[in-house]
Amino acid sequence: MTEDQVQQIVIDIINEIAPDEDTTGLKPEVNLRDQMDLDSMDFLDIVMELRKQHGIEVPEEDYPELASLKSCSDYLTPKFNAK
Amino acid sequence: MPSSLDQQHYETVIIGAGMAGLAAGIRLALAGKNVIILERHNASGGLNSFYSQAGRKFDVGLHAMTNYVPKGTKGTPLTKLLRQLRIPYDALDLSPQNCSRIHFPDCQLGFNNEFAFFEAEVARAFPKQIDGFLALAEEVRTLDAFNLGSIPSSARTAVQRHISDSLLEDMIFCPVMYYGSAQEHDMDYGQFAIMFRSLFFEGFARPLEGVRVIVKLLQDKYRSLGGIRKMKCGIQKIHTSRGRATTIELDNGASISADKIISTAGAVETARLCTDQLVDAESDNIGQLSFTETITVLDKQPTEFGWDDTIIFFNTAERFRYTRVKDDLVDPSSGVICFPNNYQYGEDRQLKEGFLRVTAMANHDKWCALNEDDYLAQKSHWYDELQKVTLGLLPKPKNNLNFEDHRLAKDMFTPRTVRKYTGHLNGAIYGAPNKIKDGRTHLENLYLAGTDQGFLGIVGAMLSGISMANLHVLQGD
Repeated sequence: MTEDQVQQIVIDIINEIAPDEDTTGLKPEVNLRDQMDLDSMDFLDIVMELRKQHGIEVPEEDYPELASLKSCSDYLTPKFNAK
Repeated sequence: MPSSLDQQHYETVIIGAGMAGLAAGIRLALAGKNVIILERHNASGGLNSFYSQAGRKFDVGLHAMTNYVPKGTKGTPLTKLLRQLRIPYDALDLSPQNCSRIHFPDCQLGFNNEFAFFEAEVARAFPKQIDGFLALAEEVRTLDAFNLGSIPSSARTAVQRHISDSLLEDMIFCPVMYYGSAQEHDMDYGQFAIMFRSLFFEGFARPLEGVRVIVKLLQDKYRSLGGIRKMKCGIQKIHTSRGRATTIELDNGASISADKIISTAGAVETARLCTDQLVDAESDNIGQLSFTETITVLDKQPTEFGWDDTIIFFNTAERFRYTRVKDDLVDPSSGVICFPNNYQYGEDRQLKEGFLRVTAMANHDKWCALNEDDYLAQKSHWYDELQKVTLGLLPKPKNNLNFEDHRLAKDMFTPRTVRKYTGHLNGAIYGAPNKIKDGRTHLENLYLAGTDQGFLGIVGAMLSGISMANLHVLQGD
């Protein structure tokens, strides 16, 4: 799986948990929180969906790795490819 | 059948199918948890429920949903709640209020869902206090309700730093307290801030069909996610061992086990279920405030009588007393009048009949001590008394309409009813005076959600269920 595909998976999850947010044109390097109205409860849902839909576990201490799309793909791509 | 639950194990058991329990259930079901909600009664909703009588549906609890914001408003409690439950905004079918009023002797303040209107009302009635009022509003807007820092935790003391006129102080406290304070005279400033925002910065709304729209929405969502719910399933005991809850014994003798338990039964009520606690545990934290409410059905719309307000918070005494009723069954000197018809439901949408609801504080012990005949007689007496007070406050009916001539039905619930349907000791609607903000109990796998966790109103109740499920079950899972 490529980093782009992993970023798309994260975007799909955001579209699902926060349908009122606009996810078009998100900048990969910029924190998701600075581009959308997401709070810690929303990040919990991203983690929840990664587990439910893809069997990917993100331990609580690693939540900061999900700050931006780029950091998401850096952190998650090896996990997807190790499955 | 509940007996089929015997010896079952669940990842999480939720006690109570009120707003908090259902919301917690949805969160856990969304995460794919094996979760069950146990409810003693045959209807969901807890404090916010409804019943039918002679073919009419009556709401209990909800006058107005506070925390109303228009669709698309970001970052407010209502928006967060809907997102966490994955419920679309439109499903709530919310219609905003017309206008509400705080009615004191010789002074009235109107407010609606635009804060600027309330501000103008305060400036009109209290020109010398407006700067202090605006400073208070600004502080409340930016306050971290869970971390007050150096600000006094007594809301009275905190408000008096900005407002020196005791009449204005009382007029602000009246709606804020009536819509959520479990404490007498005063409240926690953080809780005051949450209520102030939800009433004045956000506002009131209601679904045309009332609270059952919200209860049904939560129930259906929970069910669609595969959540299990057992009604008429009361809990006898929570068995404990070495600081943990081990098994839950049901009223019918069945026994189930759970990794974690979220109880919405109340702080004291939950402690007393535990086998390692005395039956009179935590007696210093039992709520003392209970209420009565009359409901009148009219064959005309309230506006035809000239009654256009949505909610009126009233006080007829020299100072507003938010305190337990000591000497009588009811204290009719203050209360809340609500017209469920007076929301902006849109063209051609309106409740067919007119409704008038009047809430006042009442004495739980006295109501519960009455025998059945006296109970009915007192209900009738206090219904009349409260209507008298109400008609004295409302504008004189237009076109000489006579209230009595247009009354189709009446009913009244008392602290006895509240106790029966919520299980709250003393029929205390807003629960225990000391809230447990982190939801923790003396047992490491038993948590509290709902009224006694300290979020207020029905949006607060749902947020409580959500945040306790997130914090204690889902986070770091």
